[in-house]
Amino acid sequence: MDILDYAFMQRALIAALLVGITAPAVGIYLVQRRQALMGDGIGHVAMTGVGLGFLLSASPVWMATAVAVLGSVLMELIRWYGKTRGDIALAMLFYGGMAGGVMFINLAPGGSNANLTSYLFGSLSTVSESDVTAICLLAAFVVLVTLGLRRQLFAVSLDEEFARVTGLPVRALNLLTAVTAAVTVTVAMRVVGLLLVSALMVVPVAAAQQIAKGFATTFVIAVAIGVSVTLGGTVTSYYQDVPPGATIVLLTIAAFLLLTALAAPLARRRVRRQTPGDPAECVVPDSVAATGGAEAEESIPATRRPAGGSGV
Amino acid sequence: MSEPVISLRGVRAELGSRPVLRGIDLTVHHGEVVALLGANGSGKSTAVRTVIGQVPVTAGEIELFGTPRRRFRDWRRVGYVPQRTTAAGGVPATVTEVVSSGRLSRTRFGMLRKADHDAVRAALELVGMAERAKDSVNALSGGQHQRVLIARALAAEPELLIMDEPMAGVDLASQQVLADTLEKQVSEGASVLLVLHELGPLEPLIDRAVVLRDGCVLHDGPPPKAVGQHALPGHDHVHPHADHDAAPIRTGLLG
Repeated sequence: MDILDYAFMQRALIAALLVGITAPAVGIYLVQRRQALMGDGIGHVAMTGVGLGFLLSASPVWMATAVAVLGSVLMELIRWYGKTRGDIALAMLFYGGMAGGVMFINLAPGGSNANLTSYLFGSLSTVSESDVTAICLLAAFVVLVTLGLRRQLFAVSLDEEFARVTGLPVRALNLLTAVTAAVTVTVAMRVVGLLLVSALMVVPVAAAQQIAKGFATTFVIAVAIGVSVTLGGTVTSYYQDVPPGATIVLLTIAAFLLLTALAAPLARRRVRRQTPGDPAECVVPDSVAATGGAEAEESIPATRRPAGGSGV
Repeated sequence: MSEPVISLRGVRAELGSRPVLRGIDLTVHHGEVVALLGANGSGKSTAVRTVIGQVPVTAGEIELFGTPRRRFRDWRRVGYVPQRTTAAGGVPATVTEVVSSGRLSRTRFGMLRKADHDAVRAALELVGMAERAKDSVNALSGGQHQRVLIARALAAEPELLIMDEPMAGVDLASQQVLADTLEKQVSEGASVLLVLHELGPLEPLIDRAVVLRDGCVLHDGPPPKAVGQHALPGHDHVHPHADHDAAPIRTGLLG
């Protein structure tokens, strides 16, 4: 394992591991709320932070965190108060953020779009000591929120209206989700880059859904996929001289395709296991009265599953 | 003993800038089952959603268990069954996971203890969905999905149930399960506010009907053309009510 002999590879692997955990952990709540592309929007906004970091010669990671958090709060506010023109406001926020980044970085002394590229597409080998410290702190926050408040975030993401009636602070939890997503974007920025962040938030979750039945299992499988692809991509890029960010994203999509292909036969086997010698199928009218039809409809999930799953 | 559990006085609400409620009065007393009826767009769902705070009111007062809704924090006493729209969220969830989220109002920091897990299981058994506990909600039929949503509301063991069109798109078997579940809750002292399109199989349970039209209360009294049902044997609920506007109520109380 000569790969571990280099300090820059150690740092890269730590960063990759943390991104593999945090991105799907936040992404699952975004996907559940059907805001899968929110990470992409935050990524655009974070570019302004990177540009500001260069211009003010401050840490681009912390600057991007500050601006991304601000942007995500703004997006959440637009979601509350904006009615019909919400999407237009969001578009202005996204592209304003992107343009701001390009503008600031070119205003910075000696800055050019080339500096921006490493943030747009990731640059694992240039991850510094201080970057790793920042990534560790931010990742700790993300894990604390996504695991510690999982039941509350699940309830709010599933059904806001119902969550309000259970007395949960719905707005505070929505804001927290947005802020956590923003923090995750900046955690992942150095590894996969701002433009590819969203893929790592969404695709592992979509892949996990193909074979999982519940939220908890989806969460675990998505994080497992996330860690495998980020570590796998980093190692591959070390040996094969390919860009790590792109490798990671392509690996994630490959994982999605693989699990989708596996899901159909899995569901079919589940049907076969249930049907043989199941007399409930033949005495439907009686069992409906007795059990409220629970057994009579036992065969529905398996036959429906592939159709519902591939619609992701 | 007959404190109103829900009380709306002169409530007005707008969606966009269109007035949907134009000053409605609605009271649900302890142990009472009230149906909110009306055509599509009459404001019945909006009325219920003002009660839970999902739709802001522009005028009027809302009280829950005698507390102004703004200051009401005791949400564990309320079970809510929203109108079923799209099946589930973007991520699969098991029946148990969904029903457990209804228990959060009784937990501290979202930690589920043994009593909480027991309550979730009991709620699932009540609606006959215990065998499906580990299945994905995406795999359920419309009626089964509705039963899960009702189990979620019952998981907190509420004193007041608020249901928005619980029978919409529900198969006959599930309708019967829902009616039985509701009857059991009522016999144990629960109060219920139901939004209904038609009385249907719940008819014998309903003490009073409030009919809305264009955001105004058109009728508040015995359920329309349901008086005969209340005379049938089997309708033996006794519900004490407050004295005010007792006259229209009493006609619906033959128990």
